[in-house]
Amino acid sequence: MQSETKSHVDQVTSPAGHPVTVLRFEGDIASTSKDAVLGTYQALPKATAKLILLDFTKVDYINSSGIALVIQLLIEASNSGQKVSAFGLSPHFVKVFTMVGITKYAGLFPSQAEAMAAL
Amino acid sequence: MSKMKTTNVEVRLPSRMGFEKVAMSTAASVAKLMGFRDDRVEDLKTAVAEACINAIEHGNRLNEKLSVGVVLSAGEDSLEVKVIDDGTGMKKQPAKPDIDRKMHGEEDARGMGMFLIQALVDEAEWVAGTDGKSSYVRLVIRLDKEAE
Repeated sequence: MQSETKSHVDQVTSPAGHPVTVLRFEGDIASTSKDAVLGTYQALPKATAKLILLDFTKVDYINSSGIALVIQLLIEASNSGQKVSAFGLSPHFVKVFTMVGITKYAGLFPSQAEAMAAL
Repeated sequence: MSKMKTTNVEVRLPSRMGFEKVAMSTAASVAKLMGFRDDRVEDLKTAVAEACINAIEHGNRLNEKLSVGVVLSAGEDSLEVKVIDDGTGMKKQPAKPDIDRKMHGEEDARGMGMFLIQALVDEAEWVAGTDGKSSYVRLVIRLDKEAE
């Protein structure tokens, strides 16, 4: 019933010249999304992927289990010295992410360009 | 849906993760018919989804022989949603999630559903069934006419 979460990884360069890894998600982010969210993140080379963007542009539904997966990703990233930001969340999910405190550990931006400019 | 007294809509969901989206869509449809703003509809969708997830996962323990009842009662200026399961109800309210404790591994990364429900609707109460089951959560979201 939950739509499968798809994810893929893009490598881009920030305006400041830093290499940036973009994790793009599509579908629902829920309890069934562990492989797509954490699995995709954990497959990144930690030595080189220091700046990470999470792209939620094509995500319509995120529930509390999905938010927990994002928090788990942030915990692992923090422990690995990686900086994580996110973009493309709807105004509602910006509010929800802010309510649970995620903005303390990950910047939220409307678009990829704005997220990249902040790196 | 003008001059509405109380109109009830009922949905029964199987206790299977993902079916909360059926209740979420139904609640959104009713709220839109009542004239709720888009942002309030989004608040309601998340609150109803989280209430159904709790009912499926914790109330009915994912037992697909049990169903979750969702009763939407649309009044003149508010929408009440009851989500009913066969669990024994909440023994106590969980603490407000603390992102710092979560980030430091001192608190489970999960456990935000009830917090979100309370934060996104105007009223939320958890009622334990008198027979040890048929517990429900009751949510109320009000039409904010001044902001319409």
